[in-house]
Amino acid sequence: MTALAGTGALTRLALRRDRIMLPVWLYLIVFMAASTVSSTKGLYPDVASRAELASNTNDTPALVALYGRVYDPTSLGAVSMLKLNVLAAVAAAALSIVLVVRHTRADEESGRQELVGATAVGRRAPLTSALTVVLSANLTLAVLCALGLTIAGLPAAGSAAAGLAWGGVGMAFGAIAAVFAQLTAHARTATGYSFAALGAFYLIRAMGDASGAGGPRWLSWLSPIGWGQQFRPYAGNRWWVLLIMVAFAAVMTVVAYSLVSRRDLGAGVLPDREGPAAAAPRLRGAISLWWRLQRGSLLGWAIAFMVLGAALGGIASNVGDMVGSQQAHDLITKLGGEKGITDAFLAAEMGFSAIFAAAFGVQAVGRLRAEETGQRTEPALATGVSRWRWAAGPVLIALFGGAVLLLLAGAVSGAVYASQSGDGAQFGRLVGASLVQIPAAWVMVGVVVLGYGLLPRLASLGWAVLVVFLLIGEMGPLLKLPGWVMDVSPFAHTPKLPGTTWSVTPLLWMLAITAVLVGAGLWAFRRRDITS
Amino acid sequence: MNEVISVSGLVKTFGRTRALDGLDLTVRPGEVHGFLGPNGAGKSTTIRVLLGLLRADAGSSRLLGGDPWRDATTLHRRLAYVPGDVTLWPNLSGGEVIDLLGRLRGGLDPRRRDELLERFELDPKKKGRAYSKGNRQKVALVAALASDAELLILDEPTSGLDPLMEEVFQECVRDERGSGRTVLLSSHILSEVEALCDRVTIIRKGRTVETGTLSELRHLTRTSIRAELAGPPDGLADLPGVHDPEVKDGTFKCEVETARLDTLLRRLTEIGVRGLTSQPPTLEELFLRHYQDDLNGKGASTGSSGARDAKAGSR
Repeated sequence: MTALAGTGALTRLALRRDRIMLPVWLYLIVFMAASTVSSTKGLYPDVASRAELASNTNDTPALVALYGRVYDPTSLGAVSMLKLNVLAAVAAAALSIVLVVRHTRADEESGRQELVGATAVGRRAPLTSALTVVLSANLTLAVLCALGLTIAGLPAAGSAAAGLAWGGVGMAFGAIAAVFAQLTAHARTATGYSFAALGAFYLIRAMGDASGAGGPRWLSWLSPIGWGQQFRPYAGNRWWVLLIMVAFAAVMTVVAYSLVSRRDLGAGVLPDREGPAAAAPRLRGAISLWWRLQRGSLLGWAIAFMVLGAALGGIASNVGDMVGSQQAHDLITKLGGEKGITDAFLAAEMGFSAIFAAAFGVQAVGRLRAEETGQRTEPALATGVSRWRWAAGPVLIALFGGAVLLLLAGAVSGAVYASQSGDGAQFGRLVGASLVQIPAAWVMVGVVVLGYGLLPRLASLGWAVLVVFLLIGEMGPLLKLPGWVMDVSPFAHTPKLPGTTWSVTPLLWMLAITAVLVGAGLWAFRRRDITS
Repeated sequence: MNEVISVSGLVKTFGRTRALDGLDLTVRPGEVHGFLGPNGAGKSTTIRVLLGLLRADAGSSRLLGGDPWRDATTLHRRLAYVPGDVTLWPNLSGGEVIDLLGRLRGGLDPRRRDELLERFELDPKKKGRAYSKGNRQKVALVAALASDAELLILDEPTSGLDPLMEEVFQECVRDERGSGRTVLLSSHILSEVEALCDRVTIIRKGRTVETGTLSELRHLTRTSIRAELAGPPDGLADLPGVHDPEVKDGTFKCEVETARLDTLLRRLTEIGVRGLTSQPPTLEELFLRHYQDDLNGKGASTGSSGARDAKAGSR
């Protein structure tokens, strides 16, 4: 088996390179699973409350499309699996895709594999070691999740089924990524195609799950994500679904191996798409270059915001029924009525969309740093482009892109909610509620611009700051943090719309702070050395 | 002041490292100026200061009559730069990058662009991520050469090119000189510098150690002499400026400081010469001498006095 020579050494090398990323990722998935179970236990303590949640969920197509169905309304485990099953499966799939591409095509593209390939390493060894790593990762994930869920208080058999379902989905997508890594010549493209497959399979499952009794429910069976749900942990534990997953992964693996033996090192099977021989007239300045670099990402975010908006609008009309226990329901009705609950729900979700819009901003401005460390800033600044103009591109995209994303979420959710509730005024209310989120998201853009202007490394601190603001908002009231700590987060100053009275003053303050941060960041950027 | 580049006493520190330590560099209009130095000597740092990407800590620098930091944007429209390590935007094609860089600089000649693409055998339709190192360099070279900039700043532009393309590059630079453009060429490849450059500046550890025309510099180094003699080679080895003398079967070989060449030749003819070959110093020897000075530890003093001599000679 000379084609496999060196697999062991490569596997050890891969595990060494992943020694931090892999445990962190596994820990996060297990932690997410266990904490979901404990919060579900708190929110829906008795069978009656679970049954109500389950029937409301199963009756709301938007929710079913997003998360799937609850297959056993009485079991705590099955109710916990709502949201969690899909989330954990997607997380396992993403981890597997990243792992496989990283150890196959990315290594090959960077030339590291050539260095290794010239030693006593067989032709099939890199793929074999990548698959070994991803298989071990998914097996570990299955075992740890089964243990975590059992310790959180769920039945052991169902927990094992859940762990295997997620590991199985992960393995299926690892094998898909292995095929794409052979087909395309570039790691970016292989990752892109694999994630596109993940998205497509998610959609197929959503269509299958959401369709009515006479509809194409079989679609769910065409998707690995659907298999993860049809495993039905805590609701029958259909162990035989694992066989479908294993068979699928095996077929994909065989395809990947046959591609390996047919192609040259460094080459892909699919031809590289060619670009134009000359630039279009509109690609003529720094701003148009930045638009070209970021429009794809903005489009992806826009689609995500519209899907989110549609789901929000669809859920909004059923929110009143979904609050778990009867006591909680009574309490909220006393406080503001069903309309109050719906508004509170929408305001909370709009607050989340502000955080996502801020994440887009952090990413868009962060691209400045990627360009600088990638040594593409230097040749651009050596032309007639001023630093001011160079940095203005991603800042404008972050600001206006973020605003457009929020507007889209507001308009789509408003349109869906208005049409479902028959109340046309809801459209304007939700658009308004989304627009007031803009200033807080912009403050985050300002924070990143200032960081980057001072020192490129500080741009990535933007993510940490965003997570801290998110945690302050979510955990602050629980931890009884002092008011001034809560006030550090710009998101705390956004009016809770729709449904409350509000004032424009905090918004104006946030706009002013944004202007100061952006101005100071650009000023600092104009004065500092460009790193190389 | 009509020099294209004039830098004196330039200092740039990064934390504790002194990357530039009083560097001098003068480039005159219309010349191809070779900028030589071992890795880490400060060539790229100097170029980055000249491009206004780094701010100098001390010293003065003028570029095309302006201040490289303050007037960066206006000066950049008059120059084109090729970095040593070219990275391209992965999803832009080579042709798009060439046009874009040209437009950012204020225009490029489409006919010249097509001609250069052909000469360098570059496919402009490939995406940035699909090019090899050499082809990425060609993209940057075509963009720079097709511009109408008066100054070209090339930082090790041929490190990824094959010998055929190296030849094309040299032709192109000769064309540029013919059309009156000024070129600052930083390079490792001594044969390239020897073939192209009018004047050369050699730097080491952030300081200028030699500068001048090639013949001026040659004057400071040693010529190899190999003579078949009619008589015994008495006293030749003790002459001033003679190094590594070697006598074998009536043949005398040595290295002689070029300034002392005539003393040696006079003595040789007194003895009687049957055959004589003399080889002028190559740039490589010039360059290596500074390495050797480093290795022998006597270094900087001879180096910098040499630089002063050369400058005095060139004025």
